[in-house]
Amino acid sequence: MSNFFRLFSNITENKAKIKEGIIEFVLLLCSLVTIITTAGIIVILTVDTYAFFKEVSIIEFFTGTEWTPLFEQKKFGILPLVTGTLLTTIIAISVAVPIGLTIAIYLNEYAPKKLTQVIKPTLEILAAIPTVVYGFFALVFVTPILQSIFPTLSGFNALSAGLVMGVMIIPYVSSLSEDALRAVPNSLREASYGMGATRFQTAFKVMIPAASSGIIVSVILAISRAIGETMIVAIAAGQQPRFTFNPLESVETITTYIVQVSMGDVPQGSLEYRTIFAAGITLFIFTFILNSISFWVKKKYQERYE
Amino acid sequence: MKKLFLFAFLLVLTSSCFKKYDAKITIDGSSSVYPITEAVAEEFREVEPDIRVTVGVSGTGGGFRKFTRGETDISNASRPITAIEIKAAQENGIEFIEIPVAYDGLAVVVSTENDFVDYLTISELKKIWEPEAQGVIKSWKQVRESFPDVPLNLYGAGTSSGTYDYFTEAVVGKAKSSRGDYTASEDDNVLVQGVSTDKGGLGYFGLAYYSENAGKLKLVPIDDENPENGTAPVLPSAASVNDGSYGPLARPEFIYVSLKAANDPYVQKFIKFYMENAPVLVEEVGYIPLSKEAYQIAYERFLKKIPGSMFDDKSHVGVDLIKILRSENE
Repeated sequence: MSNFFRLFSNITENKAKIKEGIIEFVLLLCSLVTIITTAGIIVILTVDTYAFFKEVSIIEFFTGTEWTPLFEQKKFGILPLVTGTLLTTIIAISVAVPIGLTIAIYLNEYAPKKLTQVIKPTLEILAAIPTVVYGFFALVFVTPILQSIFPTLSGFNALSAGLVMGVMIIPYVSSLSEDALRAVPNSLREASYGMGATRFQTAFKVMIPAASSGIIVSVILAISRAIGETMIVAIAAGQQPRFTFNPLESVETITTYIVQVSMGDVPQGSLEYRTIFAAGITLFIFTFILNSISFWVKKKYQERYE
Repeated sequence: MKKLFLFAFLLVLTSSCFKKYDAKITIDGSSSVYPITEAVAEEFREVEPDIRVTVGVSGTGGGFRKFTRGETDISNASRPITAIEIKAAQENGIEFIEIPVAYDGLAVVVSTENDFVDYLTISELKKIWEPEAQGVIKSWKQVRESFPDVPLNLYGAGTSSGTYDYFTEAVVGKAKSSRGDYTASEDDNVLVQGVSTDKGGLGYFGLAYYSENAGKLKLVPIDDENPENGTAPVLPSAASVNDGSYGPLARPEFIYVSLKAANDPYVQKFIKFYMENAPVLVEEVGYIPLSKEAYQIAYERFLKKIPGSMFDDKSHVGVDLIKILRSENE
């Protein structure tokens, strides 16, 4: 009788083991999907980029100031696209970081609980708006307003796209910075108050330096979000590659160029077609460096207060 | 009894699926002629439901590839057939009749806020758009001394559009030869949006798009500097396109009918219908109809089955269709 029970329990144990094994395998598979996808993207980008650089000089690519690969007189200098990308990103960041950070400090240090309950969901709504809507908002609402201030502003311009993109990434900065601020041990704040510091002094002299690693990470993530943003700049910033840092002109970003070529009917496998892979890998290098920096910052400073 | 009903019902139902057409006309080719031919085909289907007309879109070149292999009966084209394509047709024993069906004018536009551009000449357009202008011509003042020093922002057709081919050929003198530093888009709405909100903007696209957005844009009269056409700058309109005074910025659109298909009574019916209804339908889809006379001569050309191209691989920029058609018919 007892033997039978043992046997039975063995079977269920085995069954459980198999079940566990299957579950473990599925979990592994799921996490592998992300690695395989990343690897696949890198492989595809490099293969076509390699073919591209066989025909185009890599020096011309990174130093040329004219980008006209679709025209008769082909010029392959990616700098106009890079400046376009950087210009819109800088504008967006100079909107998003001050405002986002202020919101984070206000919510964490000043705001009454009831107000926090209103502001936080509102910020989340901001993050939930589709970027194509932001793009049209920039094009048909923000640009005309800006044109009444700057009469020479062209219909597509870096300024309007950058400003609206800045508003879009405010929630990224504010919520990540707020998390960082909240993670600062309460003892620090209390110690600061105990020393007779005011609220303002506590917030800016104690809390922000203490949370600086998290805040830096939030800013870097916001930058890489702005660099990769496609829809807003494609709609509102224009499609003309121009080597300029003038925010009043129309520019083309790397992402916009990729969209433009993918939507047109450039023959697959042609040199024109391969330009989007070279542009894509440039973009990827940018965001990869930024993400690595944020990873490194996080790792280096995280343990300090824990 | 019930089963019988059901069976009969099914039979009726399925029979409509396997409708037998008496004849089939296959058409393919240019995307810019497609709206016209499709409009004609739609109307034709209502009059002749037993003739099946299919209209494809594979571009003028793609359409001719199929046509010269004898795979299609009619080919839509936004330019005349080239010598190479004619040769391919000859090798496959395909003969064809060339019929002009409409005009498409190119509109040169500026923003309604632009108060200094009164007209532009073709050589000024060339100065703006030629490849050498890239990075050099950046201000309206460089275009003409009397213009103010306002930045010149350009908007034009994308490189894969037929409009781009035509405009560059008509203005710069060589197809696909253009500066590259302008907002290039196949989506005409992007161009409309860009020019209409840009005081220093200048753009070009098909006249049909201008008519849809007439309130937002200012049409620029063009002086083709050809004294035979009169000396004053001309606005594109049905009249000025038809009499040739709008100069090189008006292009004819064609259909090519294979001679074999032209002997088919159903195709003959279709072409007759096409020529009779084109004046109304062409206008409906936003293009400019030829004159009544031109349609008549073109139809005679079909009836007489005059093969070959009127252009013999020559440029079709700024041609007087009636003159050519007449001389060919004789």
